This record gives sequence, structure tokens and C-alpha cells, in this order.
Amino acid sequence: MHNKTVSELAAGLRAGDFSSEELTHAMLDRIAALDGKLNSFITMTREPALAAARDADSLLARGEGGPLTGIPYAHKDIYCTRGVRTSCGSRMLDRFIAPYDATVTAKLEAAGAVMLGKTNMDEFAMGSSNETSYYGPVRNPWDQDRVPGGSSGGSAAAVAARLAPFATGTDTGGSIRQPAALCGITGIKPTYGRVSRYGMIAFASSLDQGGPFTRSAEDAALVLGAMAGFDERDSTSVDRPVDDYVAQLGNGLRGMRIGLPREYFGEGINSGVAQVLDAAIEALRQLGAEPVEVSLPNAALAVPAYYVVAPAECSSNLSRYDGVRFGYRCDDPRDLEDLYKRSRGEGFGSEVKRRIMIGTYALSAGYYDAYYLKAQRARRLIADDFRRVLQEVDVIAGPTSPTVAFRLGEKVDDPVTMYLSDIYTIAVNLAGLPGMSIPAGFSEDMPVGMQLIGNYFEEARLLNLAHQYQQVTDWHLRVPPGLE
Amino acid sequence: MMLDPSEVENIAHLARLSIDAADRDTYARNLSAILAFVEQLNSIDTSGVLPMAHPLDTPQRLRPDEVTETNQRDQFQAHAPKVEAGLYLVPKVIE
Repeated sequence: MHNKTVSELAAGLRAGDFSSEELTHAMLDRIAALDGKLNSFITMTREPALAAARDADSLLARGEGGPLTGIPYAHKDIYCTRGVRTSCGSRMLDRFIAPYDATVTAKLEAAGAVMLGKTNMDEFAMGSSNETSYYGPVRNPWDQDRVPGGSSGGSAAAVAARLAPFATGTDTGGSIRQPAALCGITGIKPTYGRVSRYGMIAFASSLDQGGPFTRSAEDAALVLGAMAGFDERDSTSVDRPVDDYVAQLGNGLRGMRIGLPREYFGEGINSGVAQVLDAAIEALRQLGAEPVEVSLPNAALAVPAYYVVAPAECSSNLSRYDGVRFGYRCDDPRDLEDLYKRSRGEGFGSEVKRRIMIGTYALSAGYYDAYYLKAQRARRLIADDFRRVLQEVDVIAGPTSPTVAFRLGEKVDDPVTMYLSDIYTIAVNLAGLPGMSIPAGFSEDMPVGMQLIGNYFEEARLLNLAHQYQQVTDWHLRVPPGLE
Repeated sequence: MMLDPSEVENIAHLARLSIDAADRDTYARNLSAILAFVEQLNSIDTSGVLPMAHPLDTPQRLRPDEVTETNQRDQFQAHAPKVEAGLYLVPKVIE
């Protein structure tokens, strides 16, 4: 059962081959047996999951329900879940029981999906390796000495290890796409504003977006369809109907123009990754797509611009953690200033503190123009490059990550090297475009992902391209050794 | 831009973060490395380019001025560190 996709499980449930309760039990048992080594979950919700599964079975027995009814999933611990701890991977929220559900939580519940638990993540979504979590690192199911990627490392590892048929993630600079690539699974970050951020703990408000991890593009179409939609309670939510992503999966690719930015395939690219991408692009050509060389001249500005904008926004968003109304509070504060400083100093880990400080500096008097405004101008140049290119081509393709998964501890002491892990993904968040990563092959026995970038609100086209690719390749069906 | 430990202290104070004295040098080093990295932005000409705060350049959506939220103070304060009579308690602010 753990090897079945969401659509296979939905068919099995409707046919009565097994019940949601049996399926949920099987997933919970598998997690208990295997997750000790991976550490992909922070909180398990066993009894509520079984109760939700039984409710799903009643619905299914009456011939009701939809494609996600009774399907178990793992939920990134950044989404508020009413009555259940929501830690955001941080000591600051270690004892925080969310008093409300995020919109994404509520939508998945309404769709009948069964939440197995909350997954591990880099603290406050800041990281590219899941090594900054208060709850310890997550290990890559393909090689447990390597990282799964971040910040949604727990969700990616859970899906790759077949502990859940799908999981939720969030992506601010690559935190869905990069772990999807490093763990050999499918992940999609939709257009900014497509999925509601209400109840999704904020890191960088102009960059954050939620999306699913699955083992196929078809499954991603199903789950994204349930997660997406306008929400009154998110002032940045876009009021635009959700496309029927599933209906467009079967479109042929003949004539689809695929832009290959010369800046992504240039000198510095890892040769193993380059070989995989070359073969993947050839497969797309065989399907009728037309690869075209394009240029994104301001590509090199993306990481520096992001590491001004994102920390600036995070310094503002994380100012709410003051030890007063919720979250960690230090013992015996001497005065108000001590309460703030020690609650925050003790509650946050060092990467979070680093980013808050960079952000504070960039926004401070005398530096605002030189850093923050400058970065926002660079942001426009980057977004304009994409707009121009997407007038000539339908989709942009390239590697998701510059390397395969690196070893635990390899980059923790060098923040800038860690930041460069997101060199291909970050620009997509700055521009607000939809981006997806799909498994495209292996190098050094580790998964390699191909990133697909689409025009605003063209998630359906990305999913279609990915699905057609997955009809002629089997990378997405490969299982980590020992986890069959 | 090289930051010395006293500048790190100042930034930490603005951000209301306590930093152990033992870690100050490491923070200074790491923050300086990050700032040196983002200096690359200074090499480009952005005159005449409008800053982009929102990826879709969408203005703030407005809604009618009607009450839509209910008071849920008790529920929200159920997990507060220190409350009394509906108030959040903090160390004395005024001497």
C-alpha cells in the first residue's frame, strides 16, 4: 500500500480493496518502524488520524467523497493545526498549541485527507538542509549520512521513504523544490498568491508560498487543486478561479517551447547534474517540445537580492515573538528588555538570529536605501528578465539544485555556501512565478531534479509537462534502497 | 562591510536579541561574510528602476468596514505564558 500513489489509493478505497482506517494504520506502523532513523516527524497525531480515517470510510461507504477522501498525508509543522502543537521547528514554539487551523489545513480536512502528523523542518523555514531544526536534523532516505534538503526536509523525506503518499511544504527560496530534488520526488511551488498563507507561519511575506510533495505530477495536480484557492483572510491571496490541473495533464507537448537559460548551464555546473539534465531535455525533445537557448542576464543577482529581502521581511515577521502573548518565555526576566532579549535569544537558533540581524541591519536608518531598496530594484530586474523570456518560450527548464544532496554538517559552518544551494530556485520566488521540481535521474547514486518554471498562474502547463515526461521515464518510481 | 563585535551588539539590541559574549565574534564573522556577499548588488546600475515590493505588483486589497471577527480572547490566552484578568503580565515597565 505504501508504494501506491494518491490516485491509486483513491481508486483502491473507492473499489473497497482496503479501508482508509487500514491504510492509515499501515502508514502509522511504517512511520513507527522507520522514522526513528530519518526523524522526519516532530508530532504524530495517531488517534485523530484514525478517527478521521473512520469518518472517511463512512463517507466512502455512502458513495460520497472526492479524490483525497481517506488519503493520509504528512503536514509541514509550519501550518497551524488547531489543538495540535505547531512548532515551526523552533524552541520558540515548542509548546505552542495552535488555536486555529491554517486555511490549507482546513481545506485538506474538508477534502477528507487524513493528517498523520507534523513534519520536521528548518527552524522558521530558514535553511536548505533541515539541519537548523530544534528537533534535530532529518536524514535523506537515499543516504542517511546526507541531508534531505530544506526547509521542508521532513515532508520530502516522508514522501520519499513512502511514509505518506503526499505531504505539504512551503517555499520561500526553494524550500519545496530543492528537497524534492534531493529526495527524488515531485514538488511544486505555485504562483505567489495561489495558495492561502493564512495560518502558514510567516517567514518572508512577499516570497512564501505553500505547495505539495508527491511521487507523481498527477498526484501533485490532485493535491494542489485541493490546496489552492482565494482566501478572504489572506490579503495577498489572488481572487482567481483554480484551474482544473488534472484535466490538462494529458495535453501533448508538440510545439511547447522550453527555454534553457545559458546562465544555468554555464561553466560552474556540476558535471553529473549537467549529464542528467541533458538527457532529460532530450526526452522532452522526443515528446515534441522545442528546447531554445535563452538568457536571464540578471540571474547572478538573485541570491544576493534574496539575502537582503528575505532577512528584512523575516526580521519584521519574527518581531512578534516577544515572550508576552505566546511562545517561549525566559525564566526570571529582570525587566521588559531582558524579557524580550532572552526570550528571543534563547528561543531562536543561530541561523534565525543571523537572518534577523541581517534584516535589522538592512532596514536600519542609514542603510535602508543602500541595502533594502537596492535589493528591491534588483528584484524588479530579475522579474523583468523572466517576463521577457516567457514571452518567447512557454516554460523554462534547468537544474533544481547545483549538486546532489550533500553530507550532514558539510555546510553548516559557512552560511554563504549554504545559501548558494538555492542558486536556481531563489529567483522564482523573487519573481513570484510557479516552479516545480521533478526527478530526472541520478548522479553519485543520489537523485537529481529538473526544475520547470512557468508563467504566472500556469501551474497546469508545468504539471502537464511533468506528467508527460513521467509517462516516458521512471525516475519518479525509484525507491530508496531498503525502503521498498 | 566588516562588522566588529560592538556593531553586532548594537544590531542585536535593535532586534532585541541576547547574544552570548562567547558567540559575538562568530556572529561578527558570519554577518560580515553575508554582507560582503550581498555587496555584489552595488555593482549594478539600478537608476530609474522601481523597487519591487510585491511579486505581482498588486495593491493592497480592501474590504468593507464591517465587523467580521469575534472576540476569542480566552481561547487565545489559554496558551499565553502569564495572564491575569484577561491581561498579559510582563515585568514592571514604569519605575
